[in-house]
Amino acid sequence: MAMNYNAKDEVDGGPPCAPGGTAKTRRPDNTAFKQQRLPAWQPILTAGTVLPIFFIIGLIFIPIGIGIFVTSNNIREIEGNVFMYYGLSNFYQNHRRYVKSRDDSQLNGDSSALLNPSKECEPYRRNEDKPIAPCGAIANSMFNDTLELFLIGNDSYPIPIALKKKGIAWWTDKNVKFRNPPGGDNLEERFKGTTKPVNWLKPVYMLDSDPDNNGFINEDFIVWMRTAALPTFRKLYRLIERKNDLHPTLPAGRYSLNVTYNYPVHYFDGRKRMILSTISWMGGKNPFLGIAYIAVGSISFLLGVVLLVINHKYRNSSNTADITI
Amino acid sequence: MDCSLVRTLVHRYCAGEENWVDSRTIYVGHREPPPGAEAYIPQRYPDNRIVSSKYTFWNFIPKNLFEQFRRVANFYFLIIFLVQLIIDTPTSPVTSGLPLFFVITVTAIKQGYEDWLRHKADNAMNQCPVHFIQHGKLVRKQSRKLRVGDIVMVKEDETFPCDLIFLSSNRGDGTCHVTTASLDGESSHKTHYAVQDTKGFHTEEDIGGLHATIECEQPQPDLYKFVGRINVYSDLNDPVVRPLGSENLLLRGATLKNTEKIFGVAIYTGMETKMALNYQSKSQKRSAVEKSMNAFLIVYLCILISKALINTVLKYVWQSEPFRDEPWYNRKTESERQRNLFLKAFTDFLAFMVLFNYIIPVSMYVTVEMQKFLGSYFITWDEDMFDEETGEGPLVNTSDLNEELGQVEYIFTDKTGTLTENNMEFKECCIEGHVYVPHVICNGQVLPESSGIDMIDSSPSVNGREREELFFRALCLCHTVQVKDDDSVDGPRKSPDGGRSCVYISSSPDEVALVEGVQRLGFTYLRLKDNYMEILNRENHVERFELLEILSFDSVRRRMSVIVKSATGEIYLFCKGADSSIFPRVIEGKVDQIRARVERNAVEGLRTLCVAYKRLIQEEYEGICKLLQAAKVALQDREKKLAEAYEQIEKDLTLLGATAVEDRLQEKAADTIEALQKAGIKVWVLTGDKMETAAATCYACKLFRRNTQLLELTTKRIEEQSLHDVLFELSKTVLRHSGSLTRDNLSGLSADMQDYGLIIDGAALSLIMKPREDGSSGNYRELFLEICRSCSAVLCCRMAPLQKAQIVKLIKFSKEHPITLAIGDGANDVSMILEAHVGIGVIGKEGRQAARNSDYAIPKFKHLKKMLLVHGHFYYIRISELVQYFFYKNVCFIFPQFLYQFFCGFSQQTLYDTAYLTLYNISFTSLPILLYSLMEQHVGIDVLKRDPTLYRDVAKNALLRWRVFIYWTLLGLFDALVFFFGAYFVFENTTVTSNGQIFGNWTFGTLVFTVMVFTVTLKLALDTHYWTWINHFVIWGSLLFYVVFSLLWGGVIWPFLNYQRMYYVFIQMLSSGPAWLAIVLLVTVSLLPDVLKKVLCRQLWPTATERVQSPGYQSTCPSAAWYSSHSQQVTLAAWKEKVSTEPPPTLGSSHHHCSSIPSHSCPRSRVGMLV
Repeated sequence: MAMNYNAKDEVDGGPPCAPGGTAKTRRPDNTAFKQQRLPAWQPILTAGTVLPIFFIIGLIFIPIGIGIFVTSNNIREIEGNVFMYYGLSNFYQNHRRYVKSRDDSQLNGDSSALLNPSKECEPYRRNEDKPIAPCGAIANSMFNDTLELFLIGNDSYPIPIALKKKGIAWWTDKNVKFRNPPGGDNLEERFKGTTKPVNWLKPVYMLDSDPDNNGFINEDFIVWMRTAALPTFRKLYRLIERKNDLHPTLPAGRYSLNVTYNYPVHYFDGRKRMILSTISWMGGKNPFLGIAYIAVGSISFLLGVVLLVINHKYRNSSNTADITI
Repeated sequence: MDCSLVRTLVHRYCAGEENWVDSRTIYVGHREPPPGAEAYIPQRYPDNRIVSSKYTFWNFIPKNLFEQFRRVANFYFLIIFLVQLIIDTPTSPVTSGLPLFFVITVTAIKQGYEDWLRHKADNAMNQCPVHFIQHGKLVRKQSRKLRVGDIVMVKEDETFPCDLIFLSSNRGDGTCHVTTASLDGESSHKTHYAVQDTKGFHTEEDIGGLHATIECEQPQPDLYKFVGRINVYSDLNDPVVRPLGSENLLLRGATLKNTEKIFGVAIYTGMETKMALNYQSKSQKRSAVEKSMNAFLIVYLCILISKALINTVLKYVWQSEPFRDEPWYNRKTESERQRNLFLKAFTDFLAFMVLFNYIIPVSMYVTVEMQKFLGSYFITWDEDMFDEETGEGPLVNTSDLNEELGQVEYIFTDKTGTLTENNMEFKECCIEGHVYVPHVICNGQVLPESSGIDMIDSSPSVNGREREELFFRALCLCHTVQVKDDDSVDGPRKSPDGGRSCVYISSSPDEVALVEGVQRLGFTYLRLKDNYMEILNRENHVERFELLEILSFDSVRRRMSVIVKSATGEIYLFCKGADSSIFPRVIEGKVDQIRARVERNAVEGLRTLCVAYKRLIQEEYEGICKLLQAAKVALQDREKKLAEAYEQIEKDLTLLGATAVEDRLQEKAADTIEALQKAGIKVWVLTGDKMETAAATCYACKLFRRNTQLLELTTKRIEEQSLHDVLFELSKTVLRHSGSLTRDNLSGLSADMQDYGLIIDGAALSLIMKPREDGSSGNYRELFLEICRSCSAVLCCRMAPLQKAQIVKLIKFSKEHPITLAIGDGANDVSMILEAHVGIGVIGKEGRQAARNSDYAIPKFKHLKKMLLVHGHFYYIRISELVQYFFYKNVCFIFPQFLYQFFCGFSQQTLYDTAYLTLYNISFTSLPILLYSLMEQHVGIDVLKRDPTLYRDVAKNALLRWRVFIYWTLLGLFDALVFFFGAYFVFENTTVTSNGQIFGNWTFGTLVFTVMVFTVTLKLALDTHYWTWINHFVIWGSLLFYVVFSLLWGGVIWPFLNYQRMYYVFIQMLSSGPAWLAIVLLVTVSLLPDVLKKVLCRQLWPTATERVQSPGYQSTCPSAAWYSSHSQQVTLAAWKEKVSTEPPPTLGSSHHHCSSIPSHSCPRSRVGMLV
């Protein structure tokens, strides 16, 4: 029913509607673009062109794979810096309700968000009419076991291993993303008017004695706040730094792990683990990448061979496909 | 949308039973009729405001929004958006709201702009000044204030402000000339006639004193039909009643020419003018690609719903253990806990829907629209399709069907003006068996050639000579040609005889050719003056004939007549028309000889007309006059009554002779048809012409070859046998070969294969289409279709316009639902152009109606080749890749999300950040595919043109079959699995940084996303065969943009965000070696199967296109340049010209020969022939 005045014509600059007047020459421009004749590279994927690519992939991937695999397998030796992780399984840090249950403004030291946390933190937003700092389910469920490592020497007197608390969180998190609320020197003062998360034993300003590792910028806290991708995960707990080049970081011997057990996992059928690992340039031990590279490289190489055969066989039979490499 | 029908219904409904009017009464100059006449019933008419705009300032937003959300896709996205707003969903409403907002805004701006242009045009039109007569004075007013009944004065070169009844002009004879170029494109001048009784009113005072009423029909859109009646009251006597026809009606939009000024009375104003009624939108055609796209959409909708359902069910199964539903570390709020279980489940279902809704992307619709809109410019820009002679290029009236051009299986082409030039040339005439060829005239004398063996009597008797002259006079008088006295006429047609420069103008080129031809034979039509036709005879004497009646031409009667009175007082009726319509009405004359000649000419592809006459005595003429007058005055069924009257008048004629006019084939018509047939397209010729002429044209344009066995299904044959028998016999003949036909047919037209051509005429067709008595209507049709399918070419002759559409419809709705294309140039082709999937108008001589109603218009038939084989092919592969790729990339996008649900407790946690979710389709992956779909050329333009068989590779929607669709979907699934599990195994329970620090879920998602963006973009890069700098720019630019964006997005604490989850995530990821290794590995693995599939298919089962693409082929073809530049193309074109040694197709080449050497033929000036 709609009347249409052939609007398209008007917009296209089509035939002029002015009656009587003859159309001016609408000769199209002879440009390469308008004539669809822009110079172009016209590659064609043929067996001939792809063959070398397959071989190249094979030749590159297999050595890389082997390299990675070897590196990954060498990680076991306790040399260099040793990283101490705790692991949890069946813990859904990536549950949507959990992931969003935080207030990044509060953690960034915003004073209004400190006293009035985001609604996303429900039901861990307020307790006894006081805003929780840090609010939310993530913070509330922070891992609070304490792990201590002892070397049991010959004299059966356990020597505590020095565990470094700092350097376990991303530098940017520690220095930019997480900030304590502004205020006086006293951290407790700055958190005034807030209450501790329900499950915490002590308030956030008493996480550590080191003022540079206390409050929101406590690294254990920051590490915990980076939600894991999968229900089985590990998080960096401590660093064991190498003292000198002569001795291994953790010399062979008997060790004992002292766990202050606070964190309940049986309820959700979870497990706790402690992992000690060295790190190579490519991270922790993970054979997957190495194996995958070797496999893909081999397959690619094999495909190259198969293609070569097919190419050779069919080149003779087909008259048109002159494939040259 | 039949607007007029609705309007009539509304009128009827509103007006009530008793006083609804199918006609209107207009009081000229708003004067009431004298008492005693009919009661004065003022009727309300719209003012003369033209409103073509859809919106006003106030209703734009609501109306536009309403219209936009009527589209199913938009509505779907709106629902998703609302769901996101209302319930707690994993993604913010921004993710779907922003794209939707973008789409809606862009569309609204575009439509608003178009509407603004329309408003502007309307205003300009509504405000332009018009001269009216008020109380005998000339007044200037704005056009929009014009009312029905006003008397208007129009000056030369002005356009008529509304539909007017022509009252008088400054010319004494009460005529005026008009061009309707802006209405139907005909630039020729048409003569309109003032009402007899008012044509003497020359001054404002006179006209102001006119007292008359007009009764006429309510407005209807047909430009060429009008019936009405005028009652002129003079001296308070009984009114004089005069009929009004379309010759008295001046249409809005037409322009006054060659006439100083005219007076007219407004009868239809504003939106009721015929022009406005004709500007209604056409019904929208949808392309096959769009249909498959919708089918795919439904599949994806099902996938989406099932995904959401599966996840919802699994969620509740998984949550059945309370420690999973609500572990101590992740408590629900009180309100969440108390919510009804079913409500919760439903909300979860909706939330999953929202999470996965990107699988049906908004952006696909935008991209498809943009691709079509922008892509259509390449057609209008194409230099090869520009016609130098006429200065016309191709027109794109709709961009919705671009890809359909690559899918055509049947072409229905008109003959005259489409295959042929419609540039008529008088070839010969045959008078009682003597043949006269106008080219071979010396000194204006036709010399009878005595040596012709075919002549009956070498020196025509006195009687014969009289007949001869009568014949020429008949040709001089029986026409509606106008003579242009001044030379400044659009497209003048100079007569070839240089001495007397008369320019003849007519809507029918045949008539011009005849009048010009007879001029060369010694009789010149000079002019029509005061109803006297003047002709100059051989002795250079002016003869004057009074023009009494014109029985105008129509396509049903296929003839026209004039009744003239000679100076000596003899009254003649001259009739001219198609042989089939003349011979049955002839009682005298050398019918057999002329018939033989006519048939012979028809075989040569000439257009023949027969001329007959009848001498009338005064009484007979008076009878005729009465008959005609009665029919003309009739308000109801005037057409029918006129036809009956004509039928009675045009009988008992004496046959004089026949004429033959040549209509030359358009250049490269044969070449084009051959190429189209090689492309696997069946070409049907539908023409109103007679069988022999049409068949000859078909031979000339290589539709029929020498070895084609012709099957005839004509009235003649059906008269002999029953339709049933004929059909079965034909089908038997055809199907005998069908065994060998099936496979060979695809591999080109092999010479040894018997191919069939079918000729069917209109009458036989209507028999086939007619449902049988026993009710089994489809039976003959099926059989007929079966025969047609086995024929390589079909010629349908003697077709009425509606029958053309019928044929198209028959094929369109046959079993295979082939894609049909109709091409024609005349008004009689409009019905089939509208009916076919794709309608193409040839911007021809017969006006622009076809071009206006078409989807695409081209200047010449030969341009169809490039249109289909190059543009159509390109658009098809482009859009099919576009559609498939869009679904593919969104499977890649969404399937990892789906998988992630299994690892996050079905909590609808998103894998990617909101920004990535929003921008994936809008910016990271949108431009490469858009530009691909505009620029891609899988093979060169020249290769496509040279090798039409490549068209078969994309026939029948080959690239959007379910198999291909499933392949793409599976590829998407595979890639999604690779992305997700690749990242999963890399991240699983380990660290991937060299400082021992741990990545979280956002890094995981970002890794998957990065691999995905790269894979999806590189997949497109692999599919790109034509890398211009634009493609390079866009593909690498998109990847770069992604990286830069991610760096920025993660590099700053954005104050407007309430979360900082992406802070430094991307940068940290890039600092990890394994992430890089994983990206390289996963991208490679994702692309490998596709590369392998491509290479293997190309090697083992290459398609014709792939063969052509291979480097070996390229090197053998000089034209296929890897880097082509314009200069190379020019030399190439020249090279090709040389190669094609094929002579231009000609019809009746002997005549050509004759005419090209005039000196030879001078002594043998007349070739008499008896066949």
